[in-house]
Amino acid sequence: MINRGSDWMQKVEVLAAWLLAFLWAAPLLYAIWAAFHPMDFISRFILTAPLTVDNFRNAWKVAPFARYFFNTFVLVSITLVGQFILCTMAAYAFARFEFPGKEIAFLLVLVQIMIMPDVLIVQNYKTISSLGLVDTILGIGLPYMASAFGIFLLRQAFKQVPKELVEAARVEGAGWLSVLWKVYIPLAKPTYVAYGLVSVSYHWNNFLWPVIITNSTETRPLTVGLSIFGAPESGVNFSVISAGTLLAVSPLLIAFLLFQRQFVQSFMRSGIK
Amino acid sequence: MKKGLSKAFLSLFVLAFLLMGVTAAQATVNLNMYYPVAVGGPITKVIDDMIGDFEKANPDIKVKAVYAGNYDDTRVKALAALKANQPVQLSVLFSIDVFELIDQGVIVPFDEFATSAEDKKWLASFYPALMENSKAKGKIWGIPFQRSTIVMYHNKDAFKEVGLDPNKPPTTWKDMVAVAQKLTKKDASGNVTRWGLHIPSTGYAYWMFQALCIQNGEVLMNLDGNRTYFDKPAVVDALQFWRDLAVKHKVMPEGTIDWGTLRQKFLEGATAMMWHTTGNLTAVREGAKFDFGVSMLPASKRLGSPTGGGNFYIFKKATPEERKAALKLIKFMTEPELTAKWSIATGYTATRADAYETDVLKKYVSEFPAAAVARDQFKYAIAEFATHENARNKKFLDDAIQNVLTGGKSAKDALKGAQGQAERVLKAYR
Amino acid sequence: MKLQRQIAGPVYAWLLLLPAAVLMVAFTHYPIVGGFIASFFSTGREGRPSKFIGLENYSSMIADPVFWQVLQNNAIYALGVIPISVSLAIFMAVCVNGRLPGRGIVRAAYFTPTILPMIAVANIWLFFYTPQIGLLDQICGLFNIPSHSWLGDTKTALGCMMVLAVWKDAGFFMIFFLAALQGIPPELEEAALIEGAGRWYFFRRVTLPLLMPTMLFVLVNATINSFKLVDHIFILTKGGPDNASSLLLYYIYEVAFGFWDTAYASTLTVVLLVILCLAAITQFRYMEKRVHYQ
Repeated sequence: MINRGSDWMQKVEVLAAWLLAFLWAAPLLYAIWAAFHPMDFISRFILTAPLTVDNFRNAWKVAPFARYFFNTFVLVSITLVGQFILCTMAAYAFARFEFPGKEIAFLLVLVQIMIMPDVLIVQNYKTISSLGLVDTILGIGLPYMASAFGIFLLRQAFKQVPKELVEAARVEGAGWLSVLWKVYIPLAKPTYVAYGLVSVSYHWNNFLWPVIITNSTETRPLTVGLSIFGAPESGVNFSVISAGTLLAVSPLLIAFLLFQRQFVQSFMRSGIK
Repeated sequence: MKKGLSKAFLSLFVLAFLLMGVTAAQATVNLNMYYPVAVGGPITKVIDDMIGDFEKANPDIKVKAVYAGNYDDTRVKALAALKANQPVQLSVLFSIDVFELIDQGVIVPFDEFATSAEDKKWLASFYPALMENSKAKGKIWGIPFQRSTIVMYHNKDAFKEVGLDPNKPPTTWKDMVAVAQKLTKKDASGNVTRWGLHIPSTGYAYWMFQALCIQNGEVLMNLDGNRTYFDKPAVVDALQFWRDLAVKHKVMPEGTIDWGTLRQKFLEGATAMMWHTTGNLTAVREGAKFDFGVSMLPASKRLGSPTGGGNFYIFKKATPEERKAALKLIKFMTEPELTAKWSIATGYTATRADAYETDVLKKYVSEFPAAAVARDQFKYAIAEFATHENARNKKFLDDAIQNVLTGGKSAKDALKGAQGQAERVLKAYR
Repeated sequence: MKLQRQIAGPVYAWLLLLPAAVLMVAFTHYPIVGGFIASFFSTGREGRPSKFIGLENYSSMIADPVFWQVLQNNAIYALGVIPISVSLAIFMAVCVNGRLPGRGIVRAAYFTPTILPMIAVANIWLFFYTPQIGLLDQICGLFNIPSHSWLGDTKTALGCMMVLAVWKDAGFFMIFFLAALQGIPPELEEAALIEGAGRWYFFRRVTLPLLMPTMLFVLVNATINSFKLVDHIFILTKGGPDNASSLLLYYIYEVAFGFWDTAYASTLTVVLLVILCLAAITQFRYMEKRVHYQ
């Protein structure tokens, strides 16, 4: 006998779920409203209000968004390539080799999962500055390249590769690097996708470290550009800020809406240690 | 195979590094400068145009001007660039950062290389009130560029609506309170729909407060920048008055008022009067759908406002050649004609008297008298708050002001605390 | 041949590890140690070089009211944001895991804030909070609630930050609970319901205990997050009014890059690291336990 109260409960639950979803979507929907309407309609929701793209035009004119996009693109690409290479090599070492100091080395790697470079801004700034990398895109990405998180995930994935496959490749005369390239990396592809998506969203959105390390238009990523563009001091009106904000988030947002499943699963996978 | 693979890794790395290092060959003098924007309007565009004109006139000098956010952001960025040994030869920075910049050992006084008779005449051409923040240790360290005073904007339509003379804005604190009370409008349920007055208290709270103190007959610091007077009775009274505007007179909302969004609130009619920088004049003019007026700040014991805004500085690291080029650029940007144009485009005051003699500015002022209010106020203006380790002392004062305005401590206790903190920092500089 | 391989193995492994190790030491371990050392020196300035001053930075930290304020703020922030966002996340996960009409849209709505930059989000929320002309006050106006300076009042500024953080984080945490829920066979619930157990009873007695391991993981992450993510402060309040909405990392930024007092900033960083280490130890303890009981 199914509990009768549950039917009514379920309706409330559905209603609550939808209400929450509306609240969660509202800020973004609101930004879209503000961006496509003249300033006068910013808090007057009249369906017949005139639509306009002037705000986007203004935003594009006021700040060098094209350059910011390019910078962010270069930043996430370099960081990702660096992370893939470094983490693959390190994860391979941890997953398939025995060597003295392995335990300690792995513990030291784990330290970074808790204490990420994001909080070590003071000393890392000194280091980057002494390397002469202040105000370079490499300087933004470098501290994140040896990612403990990436090493951890890839090590888990590599560990699940069946020994037999490795042995078979070895028998055929493949060297260790070739085994990595031909056996491990292809089998860990889902992990690479998952880690890649998480890394790209993280660095696309990262702000504190880039704002410290960049000084010029040529290096500023979107978030930093957006912060000085949208800062209240700039006096740009709110419709234009909304437009600029939408511009900045649109690539990632569209990618997310198109590949929702992959995104959600990637984030899910990356959290299960 | 093994080799091929490591090669692939290597080349990927090299590629990654190459992507960063885009350098250009140098044949001319290259200048890099940072500049801030603290007010509305497309100012970056105006600066770019001015620099374009300069480069056309001086083909052997290339200038890269980088917008770096508000004054604080820009100081942080310029200092960071200098510390990281990046080429930056000059910048527009907060006029009040002069002591900090001297203490950090990054700027050179203009007297050292602006030595010709013509240079000296040029240095003497700026309004004396504006030069107060440029001088320290008997030398001139900064050239006034985007400078302002605080003025009072009022909504003339609102004045008419409540039966006040729209062309007679209040001139004393007492008047201001009375007028603001009339202008404050409530709906049927007693909620305020329009406030009489807004004085912003984020971002540049100390600056607004300084105006109140000057009007109340007291200064906040000595000109050597190593003493503050936060706990003087007239200073305490000034802060009490600011708090009273919200609590006792009820013409201003409680809590702090945001500097950045205030202009928009004024334009939306959410307040009938606001204190703000004259640097916002052009943006207000373009955004206002009602008739508005601009006046000098009211007096308690006297009229007064601090000056404000940014000066040109030249950095020590610049080579003699770069210093010469930088000087040329600064002179160009402060020529009467360009100064006039800059003032019209932004609302900042022209920094020298002869700019007001140019045809463009004469015409503009005759059409739009509000543009001359800030200049007229120079007579009563004094240096903006500047001390050694200014960022820190400014924060002590800002925190104290905000504490009182949000109903924390009494004005006396908060300012006494701030004075104690500043005292500890400044002792080392006496 | 075999011997050769035994020697080559470790060398190989270390070579593979080397690039990552160099960068990791340079940007994680060295700054931890270097910052600790720097906290015993004064900040060098023109004409006054840096020198060893023992515990002076620590004693001025203890005397610094702003330090205590940001620490307290951070504690309130964490204690407010974490329970609310985690409970909401569980609710979201349960909803999205069930037979909800329009499940895809609802899930997308919950998750979207996660992939938006905090800076962009803060830009939008700034206008919500602007008194009188902002959306929040407009809505309040409909219900005759007087206008309020949300970000300009010491009593509400931190709360406004917390609401934003909950909105930003809940969908992210939902994902992990969702993963855990998907591991629970649906027959279990059906069987329980047929037995006459209420949904709430089932949730409390079966679902919730099964979510516990995920819960710990999320809690630790949420704690780290609440000390690490300060981007929105740059846009919304810059820590004001009177430091009411400032958090520890933002204060570190202010001291290091606003006042250029790197020694004191290093001292503050040491405190932040101690807090993060406590969170880390909690997680390692927990991981150890899980291994034992497996």
